[in-house]
Amino acid sequence: MSEITTVDARGLSCPAPAVAAKKAMKSWSRGRLEVLVDSPTAKDNVARLAEDDGWKVTLEEINGGGHRLILEK
Amino acid sequence: MASLKGFFSSRWGPIITGLAVGILAPILVKLGNPGNMGICVACFTRDIAGALGLHRAGVVQYIRPEIIGFVLGALIASTVTREFKPRTGSSPFVRFFLGMFAMIGALVFLGCPWRAYLRLSGGDWNAIPGVTGLIVGILIGIVFLRMGFSLGRNRPAPQALGWWMPTLMVVFLCFLVFAPQFGRDAEGAATGPVFFSEKGPGSMFAPWFISLGVGLLIGILAQRSRFCTVGAIRDLVLMRDAHLFWGIVAVIVAATITNSLLGQFRPGFEGQPVAHSNTLWNFGGMVLAGLAFTLAGGCPGRQLFLSGEGDGDAAVFALGMLGGAFVAHTYSTASSPKGVAAFGPTAVIVGLVFCVVVGLTMRERMEV
Repeated sequence: MSEITTVDARGLSCPAPAVAAKKAMKSWSRGRLEVLVDSPTAKDNVARLAEDDGWKVTLEEINGGGHRLILEK
Repeated sequence: MASLKGFFSSRWGPIITGLAVGILAPILVKLGNPGNMGICVACFTRDIAGALGLHRAGVVQYIRPEIIGFVLGALIASTVTREFKPRTGSSPFVRFFLGMFAMIGALVFLGCPWRAYLRLSGGDWNAIPGVTGLIVGILIGIVFLRMGFSLGRNRPAPQALGWWMPTLMVVFLCFLVFAPQFGRDAEGAATGPVFFSEKGPGSMFAPWFISLGVGLLIGILAQRSRFCTVGAIRDLVLMRDAHLFWGIVAVIVAATITNSLLGQFRPGFEGQPVAHSNTLWNFGGMVLAGLAFTLAGGCPGRQLFLSGEGDGDAAVFALGMLGGAFVAHTYSTASSPKGVAAFGPTAVIVGLVFCVVVGLTMRERMEV
């Protein structure tokens, strides 16, 4: 399994999770990224921005709350 | 339910919410709310502060049901969709003062971002420097965000924490319906608080159950769509993301059409309802408000919706706005239709200095 870069945006308020995810997408441009979020707004925003940028988004629930978004390109 | 959830987080969510705001706000004016003030989160919070006796400006005292509806609507929507998540701990003390200064700035202009767009849609051209100032304030906030500004991470909190703000709203609703008199005058006779204006904007209101219903509906829609009148411009500039921006376009288009149909579109600078024509401080007040809202992560409506879904930090911001109303109407910083008040400009400058210091000093390291 290829190495995965993790962005932990849990607990951050708008627009920090989306900005951090966008920064990571820009610096890696392709591969596999993992973004951890714990607010519904952050989950929606990161997923939308990633899909707009051509990334495939898979959503998983994290035990104890929040979501893990796996971005692949 | 899943498809409904998906619909509101789609591109249509903010647009539907914006259309609802743009149509219903002018109707609330028709039903009794002050001119171009169908919805104004800052003005309405200020009216609530007056009703509670936090300030004694007799013309702006009323428990505005729209504010109660916003919080309770967000509570209902987030509970049904299991998004109610109590959390706190992201610099609540700083957020209190951001709320306070956002309010002070908004009351120099005489309106929050919601009312700025609604004033524009009613033909009040004094809103042009206001909206311009709002955009400049957001742009300054974006500079700080790009430099790594953050108020830090929140953390999950016990369920009870999330229920305090909705409970407070229910208490306010009881104050509105039962109008208790907690004060006693020199002779011992009962008097306010709770205060209700007998003249001025505070005495102008739509039937309370209609205002509450509109507030609940918008609270539900906005919680689902993440509608934010400041995030709209912030995301467009910062991330080239127009998702929320279309919601604002929808507000302005729908409100302009509805105002025209109701005979409430009166273009001009002079004689506009609850407004003044000082271009510099219409601009300056909203620079402060725009910056403070951006640093706090969203517009005043968004702060109320977040507080309804359990965000204790957003609730503290809202309390800061009540504090800002106290300052604005006690220390002569709030404008009136006659113009800018004695200490309005000074308060804007003090607020800008506070926001710049906060913007430069608060950081959160993001490991990527």
